[in-house]
Amino acid sequence: MSAELVTGLQCRLCGKRYPKEALNFCTEDFGPLEVTYDYEAVARTFTREAIAARPRTMWRYRELLPVDGEPAVGRQVGGTPLVRADRLARALGVRELYIKNDAVNHPTLSFKDRVVAVALSKAVELGFRTVGCASTGNLAGSVAANAASAGLEAYVLIPDGLEQGKVLGATIYGAKVIAVEGNYDHVNRLCSQIAFRYGWGFVNVNLRPFYAEGSKSMGFEIAEDLGWRAPDHVVAPMAGGSLIGKIYKAFYELDRLNLLESPVWTKMYGAQATGCNPISAMVKSGAKKVRPIRRPDTIAKSLAIGDPADGYFASKLIRQTGGWSEDVDDDAIVDAMTLLAETEGIWAETAGGVTVAVARKLIEQGKIDRDGSTVLCITGNGLKTQEALLDRLARPAVIEPTMDAFESLIAESSARHTEDAGALVGAV
Amino acid sequence: MPLVRIPTPLRPHAGGSDRCEASGTTVGEVLADLGSSHPALKDRLFDGDDLRRFVNVYVNNEDIRYLDDLATPVAEKDEVSIIPAVAGG
Repeated sequence: MSAELVTGLQCRLCGKRYPKEALNFCTEDFGPLEVTYDYEAVARTFTREAIAARPRTMWRYRELLPVDGEPAVGRQVGGTPLVRADRLARALGVRELYIKNDAVNHPTLSFKDRVVAVALSKAVELGFRTVGCASTGNLAGSVAANAASAGLEAYVLIPDGLEQGKVLGATIYGAKVIAVEGNYDHVNRLCSQIAFRYGWGFVNVNLRPFYAEGSKSMGFEIAEDLGWRAPDHVVAPMAGGSLIGKIYKAFYELDRLNLLESPVWTKMYGAQATGCNPISAMVKSGAKKVRPIRRPDTIAKSLAIGDPADGYFASKLIRQTGGWSEDVDDDAIVDAMTLLAETEGIWAETAGGVTVAVARKLIEQGKIDRDGSTVLCITGNGLKTQEALLDRLARPAVIEPTMDAFESLIAESSARHTEDAGALVGAV
Repeated sequence: MPLVRIPTPLRPHAGGSDRCEASGTTVGEVLADLGSSHPALKDRLFDGDDLRRFVNVYVNNEDIRYLDDLATPVAEKDEVSIIPAVAGG
């Protein structure tokens, strides 16, 4: 890694350039800033052979991640499986389906470890000793864990009422966890004020341009695991709307560096919950501005951002690539979580249910063609959102510790199975 | 007069202060008054007659997009905050 590869920051609206510092918006027009690279310099060392020789972590793509030296934080993050999901593919009626499974990312079981690894490594380079974030849960846990391992002090702000698994998953690491009365957008605004007032490194506020680049590693891994090809379709969950754009940016960068077997024709599809669907609504209506949702209401709390700052860019990208966006209700989310678990053995959090349910809807609508290759991005682990399933799954049968009890239970369930099968045959 | 809070990176365009007083009975009038005393600030907040896409404005704790946008009433003791849109997750 070399300092010269990252050339600075640039406004995504007016193009004004800035040096590499903790700043997230343009002082001319408030446009968000993005990291820029010297791609010619990157190409000198970023080859398929060089990448293949490196450990299977996100840092094998280090030339396109904005950390100047060796990463100080999260050296083991990334390298999650791309699972060929044939049983789910049959259930959804498509030919070639994959799950990018960040439910098993290290160390906190969500894709947020990718963005945090970059943001906190950058925070160390920029000299911050105190870091923080505004979070719907996954980011809280990731900042807390990664800050602990780097010896940084962490302040983690979350909306009051998050899932217990996410609250405990942030608290265990010794971070100062603060629950704010209100929704994510209230938390986010407060964090913005705190970052300015105290000069701390907030990963998704003043460190945001660096932080967001970490998401690209998910796209790099997808393309490499597909044999250096970009898939035909990618379905990604949308909260703030950043991830979907960064996955596409990864494909674009690999193409620009001549590392792909064929040009990028990927259509990007965004998934939201109906109880918080500002970006999906924007895509469907063709509106030019995000219409924020004042009171998000969905079990998919990690996607419950009513005012997504990257919504404009996400909507634009989805339309430009020929993709689409949909939203699904809470029942459909739970059904999709169990479908994914029962067909592929993957327990995703509620956001994963949103992604699978939206994919199903888009396939049924004919928006995703059944013969192309489709990747579903699963970004978090179901262990953290158990509340969503507690009242919806059958409780285990309780029996005495005897063979008689076991065999009569089996006989009962076989009889029920036969009745169900009979009813199905009758229905046909 | 209503108080307007200025985000740190824009303070050089507001005389270095983190808060300014401005007169008016609506958000639009308050920001127009602020803009007339600090023209560089006005250019950064507005694109023509509209607030720029990534500028969020709050009256006390409420986003004006949930109220009446620039027509939102502002009383003497109210606080108007200008906050850059920030993403999250």
